[in-house]
Amino acid sequence: MDILIQNLLNGLQWGSFYALIALGYTLVYGVLLLINFAHGDIFMVGAYIAFFVATAFLGFMDFAPWMVLALTVPLTMILTAGVGVTIERIAYRPLRRKGAHRLYVVITALMCGLILENGNLALLGASRKKFPELLDKVVYTFGNVSVTNLKIIVIFAAIAVFLLLQFIVTKTKIGMAMRGISYDKFAIPLMGIPIDNVIVFTFVLGSGMAGLAGLLFAMSYPILEPYMGALIGWKAFIAAVVGGIGDIRGAFIGGFLLGFIEVGVVALFPSTFRDLFAFSILLVILWIKPTGIFGVAKTTKI
Amino acid sequence: MKKLIIRSLLALMVLGLALIVVSGCSKKEEKIKIGFNIPLTGDIPKVGEASKNAAEMLLADINAQGGLEVGGKKIPLEFFYEDNESKAESAVNVALKLIEQDGVVAIIGPNSSKQAVPAGGTCNDNRTPMVSPWSTNPDTTKNRPWVFRAAFLDPFQGPVAVNFATKQFKAKSAAVLFDISNDYSKGLAEIFKEVFEKKNGASSIVAFESHGTKDQDFSAQLTKIINSNPDFIFVPDNYNQVALIVKQARDLGYKGPFMGSDAWGSAELMKLCGDDCKGQFFSTHYAAAGAKGATKKFIDRYEAKYGETPDDVAALTWDATRLVLQAIQDAGSYNSDLKAERKAIRDALSNIKEFAGITGSMKFDSQGDPIKCAVVVRIDENGNFVFAESVCP
Repeated sequence: MDILIQNLLNGLQWGSFYALIALGYTLVYGVLLLINFAHGDIFMVGAYIAFFVATAFLGFMDFAPWMVLALTVPLTMILTAGVGVTIERIAYRPLRRKGAHRLYVVITALMCGLILENGNLALLGASRKKFPELLDKVVYTFGNVSVTNLKIIVIFAAIAVFLLLQFIVTKTKIGMAMRGISYDKFAIPLMGIPIDNVIVFTFVLGSGMAGLAGLLFAMSYPILEPYMGALIGWKAFIAAVVGGIGDIRGAFIGGFLLGFIEVGVVALFPSTFRDLFAFSILLVILWIKPTGIFGVAKTTKI
Repeated sequence: MKKLIIRSLLALMVLGLALIVVSGCSKKEEKIKIGFNIPLTGDIPKVGEASKNAAEMLLADINAQGGLEVGGKKIPLEFFYEDNESKAESAVNVALKLIEQDGVVAIIGPNSSKQAVPAGGTCNDNRTPMVSPWSTNPDTTKNRPWVFRAAFLDPFQGPVAVNFATKQFKAKSAAVLFDISNDYSKGLAEIFKEVFEKKNGASSIVAFESHGTKDQDFSAQLTKIINSNPDFIFVPDNYNQVALIVKQARDLGYKGPFMGSDAWGSAELMKLCGDDCKGQFFSTHYAAAGAKGATKKFIDRYEAKYGETPDDVAALTWDATRLVLQAIQDAGSYNSDLKAERKAIRDALSNIKEFAGITGSMKFDSQGDPIKCAVVVRIDENGNFVFAESVCP
């Protein structure tokens, strides 16, 4: 029983990261029908930005760690959003203006991801970075179950982000515009909606969440390397597809589902079976419902 | 017409290149070329960096004297550093490039067994002597007359860890967490399990868990381990994973000790792991704190030059490279024919019976493996690796 609860918590934490990253995939896909394969690497950039922001505050200003954390969260999200918007501006928008097929935009996204990874490797070197401790770690123990305050924060952050995005997309004007673009990219500008601004806003949201995920990830697994975003990005993308890409609930559920399956498989079988089983299960889900759990056949998404 | 111009231009370029090559060759000064097959990027970049630092130091030393004295003639050295990205397949490619393109007489590295085992096969097949500084897996040199090493073997290191931990922690049970896709980690974990169970009974290894190289979350494995209530956890993993594993185990409420292996001993371990690793023990090749004689001199010079204490990889690379240089000198004269020189180095290497390295003196057995002492170090409150015990075969 204890093991079950402990693994449930482990799965919740691991799934939170998938969910946070999957939300970024789903937002951009929902609006642009573009699979932004650079998103995993934007998450990596977010972790590095958080590292530099946090060490800068700790080093130059001599602030208390909790104050550093309070400053690092918004700054990381803003700066990472800047990176996402820059990529949209220099890579995706020109292609969109020229009316390039979606396929080429996806390939451009893949390239952007590789540029971010290798740019990081070239600029910062292969040596790993250690993320500073911003939070006094407290381990709460109930019987055989242990949970840290950080774990709780991570899980609540994922839920809060989900609720916030759900609210923005379904209840606000700009959310309505996003859904509108997803419905018909050509008719929407005729209604006087600035399509570029809405797309930029989408990238701000998605990349900002990736920045937050990067910061929380760096706090939970405090060793940064240039390729840390690649695999987790791919897996989060798969989670988003299983949940039904384009749907925010789908990304959220899909992320946690993958987290639970991965932790569950390792808990029951040797670790070599993890990805084999995890992705076989996801394959079966897609087999039964090819559009994903919350997916709708391509009409409106998001 | 256009085609003709392009063709003639191309022909000119080829001619020009040929001229450069020919003139380059005719003027070429004789140099002893040694290749380094090391991980400068990938999972363990610090290992490659330490290797390169030590090699650069040695190179500067010898070339400052005009070169290596072979048979009364001084020949300068030239080192080729190639990055194997910590990958097995890249290590093989790097070995081939060094052998075929750069024409080196011997190869130092790869360091980790994951790369040294496949690269050793390549070097053996291509009849090029290879000395691995850090690889401890028996398969690296097994039945490979052209492959040597400067480190002790896992069948020796495993029992050292078992005996020390049993004594130090009064342990009756242990758990193991290892990297299943790494020859080194997997091999050592299996040896440890065998030896520990022989000593403490069949079910004394209460959990034997694995993970993949790219994994970042070990909570499911650690939950199983902690629930089986071991006296200590044996983690034969690379330093970057150690930092994550130890921290996550503490987060999950584990308060007991860890025992590590020589892959912990990187200068970067404490930077990544911090307070969580303090007080833990691991077996390794040498202890920098409290060293004497030639070892102390090496450590001081390295510290002055690079601003950090040399880890075991740096010291072992120094020894491995000096072994090759010793072999070149022992061979008596330098052969400009590459094949003959490689053969001469191999023969001389296999004839070295005893060698005083800065990681201790070593004797070589028929397999090309050194018989040398291991030390167990403790990570003290300041993060220094302090000598705890020395075990000799």
